[in-house]
Amino acid sequence: MIVSPNPHIHANVSTKKLMLDVIIALCPAAIVSFLFYGLSEIAIMAISVASCVVLEWAITKYLMKKPSTTGDLSAIVTGMLLAMNLPPTCPLWVVFIGAVVAIAVAKMSFGGVGQNIWNPALVGRVFLLVSFPTYMTDWTVPAGFISNVDAFSGATLLGQVSILGALEADKLVNLQTLFYNIGGSAGEISALALLAGWVYLLVRKVIRPWITLSIFATVALVAGIFHMVDPAAYTGPLFNLLTGGVILGACFMATDYVTSPMSNWGGVVYGIGIGFIVMMICYFGSYPEGMSFAILLMNTAVPLINIKFHQRKYGRK
Amino acid sequence: MSKITFAIGGVHPDDAKLARGCAIEVLPLPQTMYVSMAQHLGAPAKPLVAVGDKVKTGQVIAEPGGFISAFVHSPASGTVKSIGPRKDLAGNNATHIEIAVEGDEWVEGVDLSDTLVTEIPEDRQFILDRIKACGVVGLGGATFPTHVKLNPAPGSVAECLILNGAECEPYLTSDFRIMLERTKEIVVGAAIMQKVLGGCRTVIGIEENKPEAIEAMQKAVAELPYKVEILPLKKKYPQGGEKQLIQAVMHREVGSGGLPISVGAVVQNVATSLAVYEAVQKNKPLITNTLTITGNCLPVEKMHNYLFRIGMPLSYIAEYAGGVPEGAAKLISGGPMMGRAIANLDAATVKGSSSILYLSEESTKRGQESLCIRCGRCSEACPMGLEPFLLNRLYKVGDVEALEANAAQDCIECGCCLYSCPAYIPLLDRVRQAKGMAMAAIRARAPKK
Amino acid sequence: MNSIVIWTIVILAGLGLVLAVVLFFIAEKFKVEEDPRIEQIEKTLPGANCGGCGYAGCHAFADSAVKASDLSAHFCPVGGNEVMKKVAEILGYAMVEKAPQVAVLRCNGTCEARPKTNTYDGDVSCRVKAALYSGDTACPFGCLGCGDCVDACEFGALSMDPATGLPVLDENKCVACGNCVKACPKKLIELRPKGPRGMREAVLCRNEDKGPAAKKACANACIGCGICVKTCTHEAISLENNLAYIDPAKCKLCRECEAMCPTGAIHGVNFPKELDREGIKARVANRKKEVSNE
Repeated sequence: MIVSPNPHIHANVSTKKLMLDVIIALCPAAIVSFLFYGLSEIAIMAISVASCVVLEWAITKYLMKKPSTTGDLSAIVTGMLLAMNLPPTCPLWVVFIGAVVAIAVAKMSFGGVGQNIWNPALVGRVFLLVSFPTYMTDWTVPAGFISNVDAFSGATLLGQVSILGALEADKLVNLQTLFYNIGGSAGEISALALLAGWVYLLVRKVIRPWITLSIFATVALVAGIFHMVDPAAYTGPLFNLLTGGVILGACFMATDYVTSPMSNWGGVVYGIGIGFIVMMICYFGSYPEGMSFAILLMNTAVPLINIKFHQRKYGRK
Repeated sequence: MSKITFAIGGVHPDDAKLARGCAIEVLPLPQTMYVSMAQHLGAPAKPLVAVGDKVKTGQVIAEPGGFISAFVHSPASGTVKSIGPRKDLAGNNATHIEIAVEGDEWVEGVDLSDTLVTEIPEDRQFILDRIKACGVVGLGGATFPTHVKLNPAPGSVAECLILNGAECEPYLTSDFRIMLERTKEIVVGAAIMQKVLGGCRTVIGIEENKPEAIEAMQKAVAELPYKVEILPLKKKYPQGGEKQLIQAVMHREVGSGGLPISVGAVVQNVATSLAVYEAVQKNKPLITNTLTITGNCLPVEKMHNYLFRIGMPLSYIAEYAGGVPEGAAKLISGGPMMGRAIANLDAATVKGSSSILYLSEESTKRGQESLCIRCGRCSEACPMGLEPFLLNRLYKVGDVEALEANAAQDCIECGCCLYSCPAYIPLLDRVRQAKGMAMAAIRARAPKK
Repeated sequence: MNSIVIWTIVILAGLGLVLAVVLFFIAEKFKVEEDPRIEQIEKTLPGANCGGCGYAGCHAFADSAVKASDLSAHFCPVGGNEVMKKVAEILGYAMVEKAPQVAVLRCNGTCEARPKTNTYDGDVSCRVKAALYSGDTACPFGCLGCGDCVDACEFGALSMDPATGLPVLDENKCVACGNCVKACPKKLIELRPKGPRGMREAVLCRNEDKGPAAKKACANACIGCGICVKTCTHEAISLENNLAYIDPAKCKLCRECEAMCPTGAIHGVNFPKELDREGIKARVANRKKEVSNE
């Protein structure tokens, strides 16, 4: 006979099941990237996921001397996100270094899942971005499984702004960019695939929509205002929403449980912060793609947001 | 679809009202019954009989041991065999009166007929005295003495009497069955309590997963001459929580540490209403209640709703119903969310017993605890708007001040946090301790009377 | 290039110097005047801040001791008589000597002796378990085995023995601070005098159930038979609520009760020789014969 305090039943959710849902949600975008970038992208994904899992296993076993936590699948999520945040031409040894930084430095050194302050995959990516800028901004397109007629090589859509100017760059965004958008990090290729994954997470009640929506709204609002003031200098809202990893970041990186605020209103504030910072970096910064930095900066602010924003308590003002 | 429900948190477990089709059956008397002296909130009752005494069914065998306490009556006629410690369902010793059952000879003055008495006594004090003398306590779980609750402190006015027919706990069907089978008695009971409280608005809240009960109740209310409303509620746990029901029905919130009467509310369970009816109209003491035999490892044909006599051992009832089913890993008295696990099946039933629930191992065994992933599900589920993940952390470091500041004392122990935790952290186990620590700190500060 | 390095060093060093000066003056300016004896006492104390003395920590103890008129209410269990002697010297008070104590777990309900009757599935915490029910054995008084006492011990003196399911005490590490006593919801741990060369006798059971029930729940339980009370020639043993208790102040360590106990609930530790059960039994029987002959 089992005896325990109440409750005696459970919603039957587990960290593993939630992570599995995230993995499933990432699959459409990952598959699209495989189709367009071919074997090299598959290799990056494999190396990234494998290194993350093996590293976490080895660290828990040999350094922390605790039961392994790889069973919760969070290392696979980190590995997938890292791979999707790298350019498809990234050398495999660079991928491995990214995985080491993501798992060993950003995740396990804080104590493992749930303890880290910053999103591990983004820490890995940013580390690579500042350490190996040549590899990380090489946007040449490797051979994919389906032909890539409209492919740009050499610069991402965001990169085109400095070449063509805002007005011309805006014109590059059309219906096609919604489906696929060659150039940029591998996972950013298809806005539609990413959004499909996001909707899956919402339907499965894995995440709440507020963070993502507030990022989109803020990006659209800030870009709208600037674009209205000077369309020649500043790209429009649609361009900014569909380029530069905003969707990947807003749907999958900013919504990471561990590094986002607990309350809904906290999430909105956090989303507004990310949206604002990413637009400031985009318009005024030297890096064209500011999503990683924006999320990491707001990750840092999460403890403060959590102190300020709480769930509404019953019977208290 | 009713939209009426509480505003904060809540979860949606499968309601599993598997025994809803089982009509209430009367259990025969066993050979020996054990009447606990601690079957209500507050001070245990004091035995009034001695070993060897002959007692009749319904005879007072123990008197209240304090202001918040209740009379206890003999559930059968027979001889007092012993008075002493016996293990309750948690395995702890409590004083029980053991009665060797010889028959079912009732004390004088009890109306044992089935006729519905609709005429309510005029004298308010008479009603309260009857309720007290018949040992009526809240049957919704807390077993708080009803006469105390119906007699609010001078200065406070009852604006709304809410009858809790939500039965939001999965599996349980005893309230549902009495709402179907004793419909009019419940409405009369509500009207009696309405009268005691000065004729306030009276609402019977029923979750909409029980449409038959809603229909029966509406019909009974239409036929009877009282002003009682039936309010269908959205299905959401813990709808039947006192504070949640007040929020759903009255859109008011009871302040921290406050009583429902502070916002003009009195909440009573439908089963209590039935007990009040029997006490006031029939002079029948509270010696019976309804109990569901159900679970997820029991075939539906073996499920029952029983009218049991208080003092019957749980094992006797389980045996009568066909024994503990194979595959039952956990036995619960009460619902799966707030019920108590039975450590000792030989324990006697008490006034508040509402079920024997058999759960299989895979449905009830807790998962391995892992690290908090800060998903915020516990906080989203908490109907009091607390942050269990935070309270868990503060409890671990023993920061009583912070626990109090984060309202650990407001926890209603509904179990939503642990129910929804993907890391299987025993949140409620710890928050309950944290609540105790915060309440102790508040009590220590309070001026001594 | 070089100049950058030099300037960096110069600026950082200068900044450090300025801040150090500022800190120095602030520390001087806001210095709290305190009885110097407090610091002196604090230095003699072990500095574990365990709270075993009943004060919030070593500083609070020292502060309170300086203000007190004698040392009757102040005793550091960790430092013991040695440290208290020094404290008394500093304050010029008379020294109040106390016999060294040690924590004793009054439950010997090993897994073997006390079979499990159900499986506990809640938080691994004695507090939580005790609040829920009587425990996963038939004995409602015994050790719950979740190790709250182990967590409470700041000196690493307690550890759980997986074989018995009971905490084990390392006597050399125990300082009798009493934290485990407070942590145990079943009130099973008692501070008892360490005894001469560590020798002591105790009833390792708190079961107040009647004999048969206690025996059924645990083979090592005290069944309240009273043989020990009758055997003891020093009136050291009392029987209350079906439970024997040995008063350490009166016990003369003759070990007769231990030998006579039918369930083995009485335990002696640190005796140089093994218990000669048969010899003592014969001795007690002889004595009884003599008494009846007289």
